[in-house]
Amino acid sequence: MTSAATTIQASSVGVTVWSWITTTDHKRIGIMYGVTAFVFFLFGGLEALLIRAQLMKPANDLIDAETFNQLFTMHGTTMVFLAIMPLSAAFFNYIVPLQIGARDVAFPRLNAFSFWLFLAGGLFMNASFLVGAAPNGGWFGYANLTSTQFSPGLNIDFWLIGLQMLGVASIAAGINFLVTIVNLRAPGMRMMRMPVFTWMTLITQFLVVTAFPVITVALVFLMFDRTFGTTFYSVAAGGDVLLWQHLFWLFGHPEVYILILPAMGMVSEVIPTFSRKPLFGYAIIVYSGLLIAVLGWGVWAHHMFAVGMGPVADAVFSSTTMLIAIPTGVKIFNWMATMWGGKISFKTPMLFALGFVAMFVIGGLSGVMHSSAPTDLQQTDTYFVVAHIHYVLYGGAIQGIFSGIYYWWPKMTGWMLNERWGKAHFWLSLIGMNLAFFPMHFIGLLGMPRRIYTYDPVLGVGAMNLVSTIGAFIIGLSVIAFVINVFYSRRQRVEAGMDPWGAATLEWSIPSPPPRYNFAAIPEVVSRLPRWSDTEMKAIPAEPEGEIHMPGGSYWPAVTAVGILILAVGALVTKLPIVLGGVAVVVVGIYAWAFEPFEM
Amino acid sequence: MSDTALAHYTSTGLDSRKIAFWTFLGSECLLFGTLITTYLVYHGKSVAGPTTEILNIPLTSVSTFVLLMSSLAMVLALAAVTRGDALFARVWLATTALLGSMFLGFQAYEFTHFVHEGLTLQTSLFGSTFFVLTGFHGGHVFIGVVWLLTLLVRSFQGKLGPDKTLQVELSGLYWHFVDVVWIVIFTVVYLLR
Amino acid sequence: MTLFAERSSPGLKCLPALLLVVIAVGCGGEFPQSTLHPTADFGYEVDSLFRIIFWWAVVVFVVVEGGLIYIIFRFRERPGSPEPRRIHGSTLLEVAWTLAPALVLVFIAVPTIRTIINVSGRAPDDALVIDVIGHQWWWEYRYLDFNITTANEVHVPQGRTVQFRMTSVDVIHSFWVPKMGGKRDVLPGRTTYIAFKPDSIGTFYGQCAEFCGVSHANMRLRLMVDSPSEFEDWIRQEQNPPPPKESLDTEAQRGFEVFTAVRDPGNHSCLACHVIEGVTFGVLGPNLTHVGGRTTIAGGILPMTADGLAEWLRDPSRVKPGSLMPDIDLTEEEVSALVAYLSTLR
Repeated sequence: MTSAATTIQASSVGVTVWSWITTTDHKRIGIMYGVTAFVFFLFGGLEALLIRAQLMKPANDLIDAETFNQLFTMHGTTMVFLAIMPLSAAFFNYIVPLQIGARDVAFPRLNAFSFWLFLAGGLFMNASFLVGAAPNGGWFGYANLTSTQFSPGLNIDFWLIGLQMLGVASIAAGINFLVTIVNLRAPGMRMMRMPVFTWMTLITQFLVVTAFPVITVALVFLMFDRTFGTTFYSVAAGGDVLLWQHLFWLFGHPEVYILILPAMGMVSEVIPTFSRKPLFGYAIIVYSGLLIAVLGWGVWAHHMFAVGMGPVADAVFSSTTMLIAIPTGVKIFNWMATMWGGKISFKTPMLFALGFVAMFVIGGLSGVMHSSAPTDLQQTDTYFVVAHIHYVLYGGAIQGIFSGIYYWWPKMTGWMLNERWGKAHFWLSLIGMNLAFFPMHFIGLLGMPRRIYTYDPVLGVGAMNLVSTIGAFIIGLSVIAFVINVFYSRRQRVEAGMDPWGAATLEWSIPSPPPRYNFAAIPEVVSRLPRWSDTEMKAIPAEPEGEIHMPGGSYWPAVTAVGILILAVGALVTKLPIVLGGVAVVVVGIYAWAFEPFEM
Repeated sequence: MSDTALAHYTSTGLDSRKIAFWTFLGSECLLFGTLITTYLVYHGKSVAGPTTEILNIPLTSVSTFVLLMSSLAMVLALAAVTRGDALFARVWLATTALLGSMFLGFQAYEFTHFVHEGLTLQTSLFGSTFFVLTGFHGGHVFIGVVWLLTLLVRSFQGKLGPDKTLQVELSGLYWHFVDVVWIVIFTVVYLLR
Repeated sequence: MTLFAERSSPGLKCLPALLLVVIAVGCGGEFPQSTLHPTADFGYEVDSLFRIIFWWAVVVFVVVEGGLIYIIFRFRERPGSPEPRRIHGSTLLEVAWTLAPALVLVFIAVPTIRTIINVSGRAPDDALVIDVIGHQWWWEYRYLDFNITTANEVHVPQGRTVQFRMTSVDVIHSFWVPKMGGKRDVLPGRTTYIAFKPDSIGTFYGQCAEFCGVSHANMRLRLMVDSPSEFEDWIRQEQNPPPPKESLDTEAQRGFEVFTAVRDPGNHSCLACHVIEGVTFGVLGPNLTHVGGRTTIAGGILPMTADGLAEWLRDPSRVKPGSLMPDIDLTEEEVSALVAYLSTLR
């Protein structure tokens, strides 16, 4: 069954596949999240390249309408749920316990479960391609297009069941990280001494556990409409198709903050380190994050300005949306003030952090244009929005995440990523994204709607679309540069040491990669910047003094996740025996998990 | 701080499982909140079939009382476990589970009766919102009963001593939460018509 | 190790592309669906608000990105650069850069709310009311005042406010003619409204702007703004009954036969879905009574010419994937006959 708790000196317990399947080590789970998410990022990128290839000229016939609709649906769904969120989760997993001086997360097996369920959900949704029924209703799946009447076939069922699986995984992880940060901080690590990345993680988890239940209900309604004939989105029964939009966007807007806050946290670590100066306005950055999370609940209907909600609703949501630009802008100014008077070194993590700031400002400005309901009536559902979202999600979230990847890579692996390839990656990415997405502002203003597989030459946007396609392929090249960097650097194996960047926070006080138990002795924290502080922190010993008990592995989390996968397949094909089989596996998994001897 | 002491150190002094469970209940508030809001939004908008006149207030008041009493039994169960009283721990856990099952029995009867009267999931907005809302609640009660029975079995195995108080406390928390949600549902669906 | 020698700012890199596009965009005529050169009151309101916001955005962009570039240059690591002072914050600065953006937002919010109120009123009593019905994937228009039903193209008179009362028979669509103003979603089970007073005569392009299924991209529309007298002419023309069969030439008469024939299976008959006043009474497809007088067919994606019609009739789902008009397996002879007949329906 499970290995008994043992004293572990080495950083890995074994290199077998089984040791990975049963691992409850937050560092290994973080690596699994990172690798899996990166693979899905490549899928999403491929989908984007196919989309751009089709759109590079008007009236193109490279990809047919149905396939195109599946591609843009899966591109959006994949990038949001299978790439950005789990890439962030990779760092919640690996880095947060190290930053707060903990040995692991609060619930290591629940942590493993979240990963396996995420993997299962991602595989489930992508398996739809194998049966030619990939989701095709857009990543936002508006009712009543998603009803059985207008979407017969399994496409939407793959989508909604897969999303439910991912939702459960996210909520479980959300609870886990929230408790970890609240309860497992080292002595002296007061809340206002926590690194900003940990703070942003905490706020993100709060958003996850409150927003995901809303979309869970929306998806349950859709599933019941499709499978059991309920009337939640049925016009004939007097239902309101707008119910879906309200529920989806009540989730959807906090979701975009879930996507961006972790990246903001990463950038908040990188900029001070590479400016050799403490973060300016730490408290304000924390409070603005909290404010964004709270205000983020009050803006959802700005996605619905074209629906005709009436002038009062339009005015209210325009106002709240403009309001939320303020805490966001404040962060930008604090990052700039951090660099002011600093000694800026342009290593790759810092390049991506600067790229984040520069591009996020552009995305934020187009966001302000959208916030005004009347102007949004021209912009919504056009390529102008596509420009906005890619500036904040690629220019923002993805660049921020790459900043984190390059920053924490030495800590996680023990070796450095090559600077030359890193710079190649950065510049190709920056140039590519601006070529890809800047023209989209104009394409949208010139009247090209979004989510269309082809467009008329008379619109006059063919040349700009071609430029955009070229930019997209350059982004593809930048990703190749990153992959090359990984393999090249691995061969070079330039030792990183404990603290290659001269950074301030706790994770740089332990070996790279950290031993299984992270800290040979849990530190007593006396300042916010333990490694830069004048107040001496007692050094963390190289070796532990006595025995450290770490929990062993367990396969029940994986089993339970598989049970849910079986349940999902049963729901997809509406065969009760399979559903019940899945439930049985889940029940067995949960009971075995609950009663196995597992010391935390 | 010695490492042994640190092994059990928490920043808040609370057990992590307790914080986790409260967080979970927070997300459950959003879940039921969305279901209840949808019920309210669609209230009075059905175009076919029976609506709130089909509800049997007296009967449901009885089942509500049963559920409330089950919460009392749960409180007594926790007290018994805390003081190490194995006999009464089993008595009160069994009673809670029994009363919870009675509540489910009432609900099963109600659902069957409604179907015979022409109200199903598919009939109307009322049918859909009513059955999904109360059905989800009933599902939560069912899981609670299963949890209680599990604790009961553990007690008989001698594995539910005072050192396991947290487990019973969390199940009590869950049970009371489900009860409170029912009070809200009962008020919104049955009493406000 | 820096990349300074090769470095130019991200903003500067965009500049050539930006200039090119700005120049191109300045010539509005080549961009028939552009939002930047409106010709109706709704469009003017939205456009002037957009310009206010746009210029504020430019100011913020220049200040912030300019500041960023300055900081990068000025405080880059150089040999001999001093160790930075450990500054943790400044309340004064925090207040300043909270209030400054807030002020800019006020300058945006006030005209925003004013515009919301201006464009939200119901249309005046003498507005021309036209019912718009969205279908997968074509637009239907009904002029109740004149007892006319048409499809694809909507005619309105210059200088008079027109109000569209809109709903959908299937999924959510969105009605958008950029030169007239913003878009409005078209919802099943609800009525939405959009109103504007067009200034210039001409043909204006639009298309559905809410993803509505496989052929969403093919759900186009034309808005014709006629002079008041031309508009009257058009109304009269639309109110005329179709020419009687006897008055048609041989091939057109043959086309009439084909159109009104009952085919096997039944839903392959034209009359099962289409209306031609006094001839057939289907309800699913576009009203074809005056199809010959339109400039486009099939939801605006094919020209109303002999070739266009023939292409459509031969294989609707090739032109419009998912089309609800089935492939009817017409012979070439039947196709030319139908083309001849439909062309007479002006």
